[in-house]
Amino acid sequence: MDDKVIQLQSLTKRFPVGNGYFTALTDINLELQKGEFAGLVGPSGSGKTTLLNIIGSLDVPSEGTATVLGNSIAQLSQKQAAHLRNHHIGFIFQTYNLLPVYTVYENVEFALLLQNMSANDRRKSVMQALEWVGLTDKEKSKPSMLSGGECQRVAIARSMVKKPQIVLADEPTANLDSKNSHHILQTMQTLNEELGVTFVFSTHDEKVMQYLKRKISLADGRVVKDETVMADSV
Amino acid sequence: MLAFNLAYKNLLGAGLRTWLNVSVLSLAFVLIVFYNAMIDGWNRQSRDDTQDWEIAQGQYWHPDYEKYDVYSLNDAHQQLSEQTQQIVDKGVLVPELIQQATIYPQGRMQSVLLRGIPKEQEVLKLPTDCLLSPNKPNVAIIGKRMAKAAKLQKGDAVLLRWRDKNGTFDARQFTIAAVFNCDVAEADQGQFYVDYQLMQEMMGFTNEATLLVSKLEQNPTIDHWTFQSADRLLKELDDLINSERISGMIIQMILLMIALLAIFDTQVLSIFRRKKEIGTYIALGLTRQQVVGIFTIEGAMHSLLAALLGAIYGIPFFIWVNSIGINFGSADMGITIAEKVYPYYSLRLVVLSVIVVLVSSTIVSYIPARKIAYLKPTDALKGK
Repeated sequence: MDDKVIQLQSLTKRFPVGNGYFTALTDINLELQKGEFAGLVGPSGSGKTTLLNIIGSLDVPSEGTATVLGNSIAQLSQKQAAHLRNHHIGFIFQTYNLLPVYTVYENVEFALLLQNMSANDRRKSVMQALEWVGLTDKEKSKPSMLSGGECQRVAIARSMVKKPQIVLADEPTANLDSKNSHHILQTMQTLNEELGVTFVFSTHDEKVMQYLKRKISLADGRVVKDETVMADSV
Repeated sequence: MLAFNLAYKNLLGAGLRTWLNVSVLSLAFVLIVFYNAMIDGWNRQSRDDTQDWEIAQGQYWHPDYEKYDVYSLNDAHQQLSEQTQQIVDKGVLVPELIQQATIYPQGRMQSVLLRGIPKEQEVLKLPTDCLLSPNKPNVAIIGKRMAKAAKLQKGDAVLLRWRDKNGTFDARQFTIAAVFNCDVAEADQGQFYVDYQLMQEMMGFTNEATLLVSKLEQNPTIDHWTFQSADRLLKELDDLINSERISGMIIQMILLMIALLAIFDTQVLSIFRRKKEIGTYIALGLTRQQVVGIFTIEGAMHSLLAALLGAIYGIPFFIWVNSIGINFGSADMGITIAEKVYPYYSLRLVVLSVIVVLVSSTIVSYIPARKIAYLKPTDALKGK
């Protein structure tokens, strides 16, 4: 069985700037296997988020191919890309991006509503996801009533509730203190180990790097180093 | 359902901004319903009054009779055939003889339309039974507008002068037997009613009439008489009221535009401020078109909330107004309008008003929301 969930071949991404183009990614070749806990690391402007967006089918490569779960990202229609994101990819953002008018429960439930799941099954899944992140007691709270760490845990629950194959986390600890950072990283690590979900981080936070099993270093839009880290190093 | 749920929560989450928009829109909604109900109420009352006092279910006219040409009156009269007389005798047709005449109230001269109408008729609401006066042979009834214009009141005597069939002037003193209160200007202003038999005798027109007022729902063809249906006779009134409706619509549209402008403005601001949220929706698996739908529904839901809010304060207001009516004073405007107009609220009016407000608010919500379809999800997530 093929365990490659992400395959990037000769991937280049350019953005129009004025009369010319800015090349954000150049000739990226990468493969990620199922269950990896990998990070795209590098300084700001190195192309981490751009690469994450392409993997998440929020953007398309200018050249080369990006194949995610057997789908060529450039070939997907808007509807197909939305389906891929809804069913197979979870997102965690630096600023949590929770819906302010929804409660914790409703924020987590949102992704399942799009899948037309029955109310009973939704309830079970949402409570399970909240249990993973330790927020069952906050199900009725609004995001404005939560701390940053709690908001990010809700975001993790939201990304995990649909049991995706890939979770893309863009600087998930950037707005958190050290204690909360470790807490959510441990949560994600546990989910990765227990559910076999592939996690791909974009980060330049040393705390995150400690947890990564694979570090892909980017600089000026190129992969400069791709190293596997020993699991017991944390 | 998800879109409605989300739109509803976003609307309530927006707090005061939503309620300001909803309040303005509900005001527009209530005023649109109220104004049109007033027009409909006026229309219904005026039509009913005109039928009750002047035209009933229609009129048969002498072929030469022209309502607005008094000179046509000289020749516009003919004898009732035997067949016509039989219908008249059944009490379903009321013959009227109309001629020009002059009255001299307090020495002043005033032209009037002298109308002979059977005192025993029961088709029109005119109090013609007052023309039955054994003690005084020459009695007349007039309306309140006519009484005011001629400064006459019940019991007053007034000199009437007319020309008979030979063109010879004749004159008699008439006593005002009753001054009736009627909202139909046409049946009142410049009208001087006397008994039909008396007028035939005064004019020398034996068994002749200018027109026949019918109370029949189905009106047969009568030789030498032209039937004018109630709808045709009421057309001028309908046109007048519709012109009022159109001029009122301009004000309603301005009010609605202000409310819609507020929704449009809110939508533009909302899309500008909530780009990150839009990006999140897309990241969570919604297509851009679905997000456009959410924002459009959110804007359009202003109108549903406005309808609900409008119902909360509008229904008691409508019921109250309906119980007291709107006073139009003496109603001496030369048009048929009751002193008190009672608005008429029909289901059609309410449904149409809801549809107009809903459709227009959906359109103004969709126009700014279209931009989302061209938004790059990656830019939206950055809030750009």
